[in-house]
Amino acid sequence: MQFTFNEEQDQLRATAQKFFADKSPTAEVRRLMETQQGYDPVVWTQLSSELGFTATHIPEVYGGLGLSYTELGILFEEMGRTLFCAPFLATAVAATAIMNVATESEKSELLPDIATGTRIATLAVFETSGQWGSDSIKLSAKNARLNGTKRYVLDGHIADLVIVVARINHTSGADTIGFFLVDGDAPGLTRRTVTTIDSTRKLTQLEFVDVSARRLGGNHDQEAKLAATLDLAAIGLANEMVGGAQHLVDETVKYAAERIQFGRAIGSFQAIKHKCADMLLDVEMAKSAAYYASMAAASSDPELPVLANLAKASASEAYMRIAAECIQIHGGIGFTWDNDTHLWFKRAKSSEVFFGDPSYHKEQLIARWHH
Amino acid sequence: MGMLEAETLRNEVRLWLETNWDPTSSLIEWRTKLAESGWGMPTWPSQWFGKDLPLALNPIVEEEFARINAVSVSRSGIRLLAAATILEHGNDAQKSQYLRRILTGEDTWCQLFSEPGSGSDLAGAITRADFDGTQWIINGQKVWTTSAHHADYGLLLARTDWEAPKHDGLSYFVIDMHQSGVSVHPLKQMNGHASFNQVFFTDAVVAPESLVDRIGNGWKVAMTTLMHERRSADALRSVHRDRGLQGRIYDEERDETATVMEPYKWYPQRAGRVDLVFERAIETGKIEDPVVRQAIAELMIKARTAEWTARRARAAQQQGRPQGPEGSLGKLAASNVARHASKVHTMISGSDSMLGDEDGPLAGLIAEILISVPATSIAGGTDEIQRNIIAERVLGMPKEPRMDTGPFRDVMKNPGPAAP
Repeated sequence: MQFTFNEEQDQLRATAQKFFADKSPTAEVRRLMETQQGYDPVVWTQLSSELGFTATHIPEVYGGLGLSYTELGILFEEMGRTLFCAPFLATAVAATAIMNVATESEKSELLPDIATGTRIATLAVFETSGQWGSDSIKLSAKNARLNGTKRYVLDGHIADLVIVVARINHTSGADTIGFFLVDGDAPGLTRRTVTTIDSTRKLTQLEFVDVSARRLGGNHDQEAKLAATLDLAAIGLANEMVGGAQHLVDETVKYAAERIQFGRAIGSFQAIKHKCADMLLDVEMAKSAAYYASMAAASSDPELPVLANLAKASASEAYMRIAAECIQIHGGIGFTWDNDTHLWFKRAKSSEVFFGDPSYHKEQLIARWHH
Repeated sequence: MGMLEAETLRNEVRLWLETNWDPTSSLIEWRTKLAESGWGMPTWPSQWFGKDLPLALNPIVEEEFARINAVSVSRSGIRLLAAATILEHGNDAQKSQYLRRILTGEDTWCQLFSEPGSGSDLAGAITRADFDGTQWIINGQKVWTTSAHHADYGLLLARTDWEAPKHDGLSYFVIDMHQSGVSVHPLKQMNGHASFNQVFFTDAVVAPESLVDRIGNGWKVAMTTLMHERRSADALRSVHRDRGLQGRIYDEERDETATVMEPYKWYPQRAGRVDLVFERAIETGKIEDPVVRQAIAELMIKARTAEWTARRARAAQQQGRPQGPEGSLGKLAASNVARHASKVHTMISGSDSMLGDEDGPLAGLIAEILISVPATSIAGGTDEIQRNIIAERVLGMPKEPRMDTGPFRDVMKNPGPAAP
């Protein structure tokens, strides 16, 4: 396993950092989070067709760049740093799902448009129970018609393609899950943006009433393929989270050096210094886990599932602790709407519980390790 | 490094070893050869038992030694810290007096820095060195001294000027430990072991030629020693793997190692023994308890991320990149791992956690973990000092206003020998 990034990866990070600093200053985040769409289509086009970010982990035969999860992780981290508002996580996870389950001809049909950013895609797995395991999937698929409700669907309101994981009830009485493709504007599909505490990331609820769908891939190992997709999604999100956490550490240290109380910068008090040192420790440990998991994904490490749990649990707890301490060190001003900290705090909270909260991942980690 | 250069070097070492390596010789005989040929410490200056070899080429020499299981110069304990310090700050007379016998292992060294009144604040040392016209007279007390009871020499940090500011009033000496003014007592720890000593100086003497560097420069010299201490801490464990080799020289090396490593026998317990957690949880059935499962997962996350963070730091260093913050974080991470491991072992063992020796789980090993872990967050710099260092040096946060500037005589101190 490699423990540093190579030159090309450093280069990619520098490009991404510049792009997101430029396109996603906090004023722009605040503007977009108030919009219904939640992203800027012009910036999306620049990101996808000019920089090729949406093509990162898609193999070259399907019009992608054929890079690995390490490169994708770098992009997630840099987006997370600025709270970049766009359907990138949605699209990357949907692409991963297609890569994991679809047939060759389906991949050739679907992935090129995702790689160029012309079609926004999302994966709809979870339902109103708010559970992250596949047991919770109730939405039914009968004769390729879908009925039921999906919630926690990333950017479902703007998605051109929705990959739906549904339960198929066989005549034998047995049931399995399967992946289905639905157009975003399919008849019978109602899409509603749900209110979340984090308006920088749009989540939707999708109601399916007799929606005609196309089955993707075959019958085999659908549970395992869903699990593999969600593991990779968790790793992507973990990388995004460490970027946001690092931003908060930087902001906290800066503020502590500027803010004067009792005739001295508050950063000169050990009570504040020690918090900041612990924040740095938290973010660096979480980075180590996120990077390691990305590299494991890049090399198809058999330990990958456990590493996904580890990275997501670590990033969730680190980001949330850091966000809480960042507000604490800012004091009263940190609790105001005008101060930017709450934007990251809310992203930290929503990310903490998305794709499984820390307890879920810790339990899964032990279950996967022990058996 | 050029390939050619590397291959020439490899052939040269190989040839020298073929001609000279003799596992039936005594340890000292062999190491004398190593010291005199320069192959014992090839990166040292050729004038002083080395070969001026660039650091990057050293692994080739080590590979050749390892290939035929040739014994190295003595690297254990404080002696290499002493050597590094003397090489950098000592004069020629000191180098020729001490270096060779350090490499052969004939002399044992100890480090006399910490005092009862100055732990975290090492520069606040109040052990005094007064010049009486012919020699330095030493009075005071040092503590946490490993190997002092069998040391021949000590690296002594003592105050020579009470008017100067704290850091400027210290000087660095080599002290002969075999004299009546030096008395060494074991220091019993809360876990029952006595790995360290207290050293008392009552009119002990140091000859003027045993002053290292100049008067008042002791803090700078001590920094060199401490820098090498940090570097060598990692190497410690790998050096002392018993390879089970047969022969006189290996037996003698094993004896040396056993003596040096004796104080460290409880160190794995101090680190929390994360390696035992899973088997213990299965053995006790606690692996089925969801609360314990969460705690174990938490521990695995802490332990593995700490390991990966250390590897990131090492990888960056090997690539010659500026070391990122991850390098300074290892010690704090290790404290967190040890503390949490102690908690998890307690959850797993339940009421048995309080039982020791033969009455306790794993013949007292679990108890030893629980009563050894508190050392981790203190030894080698407390967690609080680590956090200060991280905040000030890595994050660049403003320094605390100081209360210890001005003449050291006037600085508030713990009780101890009075200033003259």
